[in-house]
Amino acid sequence: MLSFIGRSVVQKTITLFFVSIVSFLIIHLAPGKPSQVDPLNPKFTPEVVERFIKEFHLDKPLYIQYIYFYRDLFTGKTVSWKDNQSVLKKIWERFLNSLPLFIVGTLITWTLSFPVGIRSAIYRGGIYDRTTTFLSYLLISIPGFFFAYVLIILVVTYFHVPVIGMETFGIGHPSASYLIMDRIWHLLLPSVLSATAGIAVLSRYVRSQMLEVEGQDYIRTARAKGLSSEQVHYKHALRNALLPFVTMFGLILPTLIGGSVIIESIFSWPGMGRMAYEAILARDYPIILTVNFVSAVLVLAGTFISDLLYLVVDPRIHL
Amino acid sequence: MIDRRPTNDWPLLCVENLKVYFQSNGERARAVDGISFEVREKETVCIVGESGCGKTVSALSILGLIPTPPGEIVDGQIIFSGQNLIKLDEKEMQKIRGNHISMIFQEPLTSLNPVFTIEDQLGEAVKTHKSINAEELNRYCIQLLNDVGIPSPEQRLNDYPHQLSGGQRQRVMIAMALSCDPDLMIADEPTTALDVTVQAQILKLLRSIQQKRSMSILYISHDLGVVSAIAHRIYVMYAGIIVEQGNTDQIFRSTRHPYTQGLLASLPSLSKRGKRLYSIPGSVPNPAYKPAGCPFHPRCSHAILSCQDEFPEMCDYGEGHQARCPVLFKSKGYKGPNEMLKNTMS
Amino acid sequence: MNPAEETINTTDYVEAPPAPKRTRMQEFRRTLGQNRLAGLGFIIFFLFFCCAVTGLVLTSGSKPAFDPSMVRLEEKLRPPLSKPNLKALRPDQVPVLNVYLMGTDDLGRDVFSRMLQGAWVSLTVGFVAVGISVLIGIFMGGIAGYFGQHHIKTVHILFFLCLIGGTGLIIANFTVIGTVILLLCPAYIFYSQLTRHGSTEKETPALKAMLHSNAVSVDTLIMRIVDIMLCFPSFFLILTVVALLPASIYNIMIVIGLTSWMGTTRFVRAEFLSLREQDFVAAAKALGLSTFRIIFRHIMPNAVAPVLVSATIGIASAILTEAGLSFLGFGVPPPHATWGNILSNGKNFIFDAPWLTFMPGIAILIVVLSFNLFGEGLRDILNPKLRERY
Repeated sequence: MLSFIGRSVVQKTITLFFVSIVSFLIIHLAPGKPSQVDPLNPKFTPEVVERFIKEFHLDKPLYIQYIYFYRDLFTGKTVSWKDNQSVLKKIWERFLNSLPLFIVGTLITWTLSFPVGIRSAIYRGGIYDRTTTFLSYLLISIPGFFFAYVLIILVVTYFHVPVIGMETFGIGHPSASYLIMDRIWHLLLPSVLSATAGIAVLSRYVRSQMLEVEGQDYIRTARAKGLSSEQVHYKHALRNALLPFVTMFGLILPTLIGGSVIIESIFSWPGMGRMAYEAILARDYPIILTVNFVSAVLVLAGTFISDLLYLVVDPRIHL
Repeated sequence: MIDRRPTNDWPLLCVENLKVYFQSNGERARAVDGISFEVREKETVCIVGESGCGKTVSALSILGLIPTPPGEIVDGQIIFSGQNLIKLDEKEMQKIRGNHISMIFQEPLTSLNPVFTIEDQLGEAVKTHKSINAEELNRYCIQLLNDVGIPSPEQRLNDYPHQLSGGQRQRVMIAMALSCDPDLMIADEPTTALDVTVQAQILKLLRSIQQKRSMSILYISHDLGVVSAIAHRIYVMYAGIIVEQGNTDQIFRSTRHPYTQGLLASLPSLSKRGKRLYSIPGSVPNPAYKPAGCPFHPRCSHAILSCQDEFPEMCDYGEGHQARCPVLFKSKGYKGPNEMLKNTMS
Repeated sequence: MNPAEETINTTDYVEAPPAPKRTRMQEFRRTLGQNRLAGLGFIIFFLFFCCAVTGLVLTSGSKPAFDPSMVRLEEKLRPPLSKPNLKALRPDQVPVLNVYLMGTDDLGRDVFSRMLQGAWVSLTVGFVAVGISVLIGIFMGGIAGYFGQHHIKTVHILFFLCLIGGTGLIIANFTVIGTVILLLCPAYIFYSQLTRHGSTEKETPALKAMLHSNAVSVDTLIMRIVDIMLCFPSFFLILTVVALLPASIYNIMIVIGLTSWMGTTRFVRAEFLSLREQDFVAAAKALGLSTFRIIFRHIMPNAVAPVLVSATIGIASAILTEAGLSFLGFGVPPPHATWGNILSNGKNFIFDAPWLTFMPGIAILIVVLSFNLFGEGLRDILNPKLRERY
């Protein structure tokens, strides 16, 4: 076990190293210099541009820039080019904003997908199955932002619930319970939105895994032993069908950053995705690179966790 | 030697005119097309036939394990201990499965759930059908594993299926099938996936279990060698119907159906050394497109014109030996009891 | 013997019992008909394809029948199926059939024409992006799967490093050092040719042995590259590249294609790994067929099934991605219309002119849905084990 962990960590660190190089190259080889961000901005006089270049080592060759950047990253000194704030601090703030969205969305997705998928598989071909199949296809195919606007129109027109932003603008300092309710209302719609596509995909996958397991020989043996339907489905079949999902659980970590750009834009939610998007627009390289790095770390950590979980859960794997 | 005398008159299991059809891709496959057989107490009955003749489907339909959207029991009855199993609902069938009738399958690795221990799976059937506490269950499981000849059973209980060899897994399956002391065990080609030496051990095990527990066995196989070693009575199936039935002596020494004769002739043996190997020409028909008349007639060297048109009835040779071939029946000069009666009366 | 009793089978040859044989095409159409959702998906896809092609024809050129860019400021935000105000328009500004089929947008442009124009863009983006990703995926996956166990020697890696490093240094104006390193490459080739037939030494010196050691297998190398690509969240990566490059439809297509080949690679590699061990490959090798022929003529047709399925679903996803990019403002530049463009434009007028949002939204929904259904249906059809037994 220990050797596996050791090997895994080494391999992932090497991958991380290559990722950092590739992302660095992508940013810097793209046309357009960061100092050309605000050509119309009167504050960007040539002297300021000169100082800008000197400050961020932009005149040095690429590999030196690379070393400087990552040295600053690991010592926490990287600053954003737009507003000179510490990158790590900014990312941390936005991360805390994205976190509730991520947690609630994932919770909704995973707690709803399994019952739906399992029931579809057990009563395959029935009304429940066909309805959920149709709804799943619909949800997968609908463009996220379109669905978002439909929902917004509905909710705002019929429920008079404020949906934009993390809290109602100008709310002041009311009582704690009011504040909490307000937060929950604002959290609801974006989470539901990010959960819907996830539920559609995941429940289909659960269903197909369940169907595949139900066709196996050992299910036939279980039935031949005279076990009740519940025992056959929920003890024998489910335990096998769930195996790949335990490992999938580790892989949802990266979606913390990735999936939310559009949702955060629509709902003006100040989260990490939106920050990355704004950074791209402003060509704020430190932020882009740092977010990239963080996401790579999340992906690799997620894969590592899912490999570990796989080891633990499947008795056929022994290292 | 096996005691081949029939023991009792009441059949334990009586299948009458069973028809199981499968509907898929617009075709109707008549997998089992009207078979009747019976299994009496303390005897081993074998159903023999090539792949695709419907023997597994027959076995599965006894326990109601045919997947119902494509498959359907269209006709017939299966009488077990006075009940027609076809008419029972799922809950009542569950009380019979594993309890009075149990089944073992062909592929021992895929037939055992890979994520549960042996103890878990062994004790499950017992826990379902009888009330027993954990400690007794543990001792009973060890006892079962001993009965089927698995060494150091205490350690084996905590193992997972993939840690055992093929022969051991099959023994575990047999133990599972015996756990509730069934009256009838159905064995669907349990030794096909095993080496020949292991095969012999399993057969020996089955024989000894049957004698100790006075249980009946319905053994499905395509291997005539295996069948000759353990069967009391044999039913030969082809294309969904039974073409010959009788006890082991009758089938092997004086077979009366061209198909069975072909099967026996195809067995390689030392006496045929140096001669060309015989094989029945042609191949098994597609269950959805069976030939009219006798389903074997396109491959039969004795076939005459009427074989194409008329579906042959069973011809009785006496003492429980029957064969579905009127051509051979007439040609051997053997006139059945009815014919002889007619002759004496005219 | 009377004729009724003569045996009829006198020869050893027995005809197989008659069962109707169906051609591949008939099988395909049958299963498509059975799986109704997939059939529906296919029909809608076909209709979409026709729309896109006719749309392209009808809206391009200098005097198109349906003009997507004709600005009529007097006719802003008219609802669908409304008649144009003939008095305020010049004759050439009047829409065909004298009605705005889907209304007009905030610049008075006919939404129906813009949708027709956008159909072609969506189609092209979907197909080209998926085409690129499938090509890369099959190539990488095939190599990883078939040649997986071949190892790359350390010398070869050094060779490539010198090649790339030398060229890079020359470009970066370090001419002298760059040329020296670059010259190491032909020198190595020269040297290896010279010593090819000459080495009779039993003991290779340690340095030479180390240089010729196996550094990494082809499989590991390709899978690591896939892992690196997977570390970038795809939408984010597309966004980054599209924002940094000049906006054009070709850039978008290429970028989407270049960032979505990883899944196909995994599928193809898995299929190749399992197919490589099968008997028909051994038989082909025993017959002396060339590796190229074995891969492309024998293995590839069998491995293509999951690729086809992921390709159809990939087209759907590419269309959604393009719409998303347009929504965020990074799509095809105006005035060229894409469905994402129209939707993005319409979000500003969502309460006044909801059709601007709904028309493209529902159109995207239907097209993507049809692709998804068709893809799932294909998966059922192409799966020889027919897991979903009816």
